[in-house]
Amino acid sequence: MQLTQPLIWLLLFGQLFKNVAQLPGFGGASYIDYLAPGVLVMNTLFSNGWSGTAYIVDMERGVLDRFLVAPARRSSFLIGQLAYWAVLTIIQSIILIGIALLVGARFAGGAVSLLALIAGAVLLGLSMASFSNALALRLRQQETVIAANVMLVLPLCFLSSTFLPTTLMPEWIQTVARYNPVNWAVEIGRQTLDAGVDWGIVLSRLGWLAALAALLGWLAVRSFRAYQRSV
Amino acid sequence: MLGHLEVNPIMTPRSAPAAIEAQGLEKTYGASVRALDGVSFTVPRGTIFGLLGPNGAGKSTTVKILTTLSRPDAGSASVAGVNVLKHPSEVRRVIGCVAQKNGVDLEASARENLALQGRLYGMHGTDTRRRVDELLARFELSRDADRPARTFSGGMLRKLGVALGLVHRPAVLFLDEPTTGLDPVARSDVWAEIRRLAREDGVSVLLTTHYLDEADHFVDRLAIIDAGRVVTEGTPDHLKSELRGDAIHVALDAESSLDAGRQALSRLNGRLRDLSIEGTTLHARVDDGPSAVPNVLALLDGAGARVRTVTVSRPSLDDVYLKHTGRTFGAAARSSCNPRTSPRAICERCGASRCTW
Ligand SMILES: Nc1ncnc2c1ncn2[C@@H]1O[C@H](COP(=O)(O)OP(=O)(O)O)[C@@H](O)[C@H]1O
Ligand SMILES: [Mg+2]
Repeated sequence: MQLTQPLIWLLLFGQLFKNVAQLPGFGGASYIDYLAPGVLVMNTLFSNGWSGTAYIVDMERGVLDRFLVAPARRSSFLIGQLAYWAVLTIIQSIILIGIALLVGARFAGGAVSLLALIAGAVLLGLSMASFSNALALRLRQQETVIAANVMLVLPLCFLSSTFLPTTLMPEWIQTVARYNPVNWAVEIGRQTLDAGVDWGIVLSRLGWLAALAALLGWLAVRSFRAYQRSV
Repeated sequence: MLGHLEVNPIMTPRSAPAAIEAQGLEKTYGASVRALDGVSFTVPRGTIFGLLGPNGAGKSTTVKILTTLSRPDAGSASVAGVNVLKHPSEVRRVIGCVAQKNGVDLEASARENLALQGRLYGMHGTDTRRRVDELLARFELSRDADRPARTFSGGMLRKLGVALGLVHRPAVLFLDEPTTGLDPVARSDVWAEIRRLAREDGVSVLLTTHYLDEADHFVDRLAIIDAGRVVTEGTPDHLKSELRGDAIHVALDAESSLDAGRQALSRLNGRLRDLSIEGTTLHARVDDGPSAVPNVLALLDGAGARVRTVTVSRPSLDDVYLKHTGRTFGAAARSSCNPRTSPRAICERCGASRCTW
């Protein structure tokens, strides 16, 4: 089951760091509250990072070439595949939010802030999926795509406020976190916890994530063209 | 140059364009891999046309270009009268393509594979469903239609691959090595189905193969392709009849002097033609093979060359290949498919599950 991993993170870390939340910087929230949006974002990265592996299987078996000799529009393959990942991200996010509620998380920011979190997760997920697709189309090696997923996701999460508020981190990590797209999504998530949602933060982070998704989407399109030229 | 020496056996009305017309196709991969070096041939409508060549000859590259998957560096091509380079999307609508890699999604069922293919070609719900059932029945896959394709045997997968190429009722069908790696029963199944397509449905078929017997017995016309060039084109019978007389192959003992043997035989110059050497074997053509054998043996004996075996045979496509390329098909296959470079159980180069080279 694909949600086993985030569940373990949520329950295990929720227990392990229970008392960390008494440190200043958590704003008095319980650690489960604090952790839930971060785990949602991390789960999005991990699952969307698999996207490229499907391209590799399709390239190896000639499925991609079969699509390419059909008269259907080229762009529909890329878009259709990304749509699949977007829908999956939405479903998984809703389930994770439900589970977080069950284990005691409270999202005082309300339904709209949760929708913003899901939108942020979708944009971050699309970025990750496009990156994974680009890698797959260029390098055509299953191992590389999986390794990139693992090697990228955990450091990016630790260099963000996924597990701890940045105010508790060394200064250089705070600087890195500011430019870390994972942190942008987690920052939107933080806003769901408090009744006083800072919509400025939410909208700006959504904007940056949208720009990133567009950039990496463009990279994936270029890689798709490179594949077509190499056949 | 190719000579169209014979009368085309299939009468095509002057107005109807050829099924496929390739003119001087060239393609270089990377900086130096010269995959195609000027490939030209014509496929008349309604025929089964074979591209015969050893691995690496350029068959798949030719198919990829004709099916709009890949673009040539030079040359031109048309399929069903439509220019492949100028109007690729129009070409895509009239062709079916079964690539060497088959293209079946193994996680989906046969029915799902076929239905998605229908959608890719813009077919509608009920039309697709009817067509899918029809194809499943035709390829004897109805019983297994809803199992994931990964549970299929090699022969079933190949049939499903061919069915995928037919969903939208194409006028021209491309099949890249449709029988490679299949057992004899599955092979003749696939042959029968392809023949039915051409004879009953009027589909023009281009298929590639590296099996000599397949090219000899199954296709209406063929082009032999070697190192990116078409070396000859015609019906199998016509190509063989161009070689007058029988083939004679003399295998010498390893230690014997080949040169001495060759020199001895050159005294038969009036009767022996196309004398060539490959390894320790002398190949030649002679008008009345059996009656020439005593002469040949006597001459070789006189020159001190020890003969291991002598074979005399009616002209075969292997002899046609030998005449045009200077080596036998088997030798070309061995040189292109080396077990040291492809040690896997499934040969990387030829895709056969039991690569014997
Ligand atoms: N996509 C590709 N990239 C680089 N080289 C290729 C590619 N496709 C084929 N080749 C090379 O081009 C030559 C012809 O290959 P191919 O057309 O596949 O031959 P065949 O189908 O007759 O076995 C071979 O040397 C092969 O290695
Ligand atoms: Mg090939």
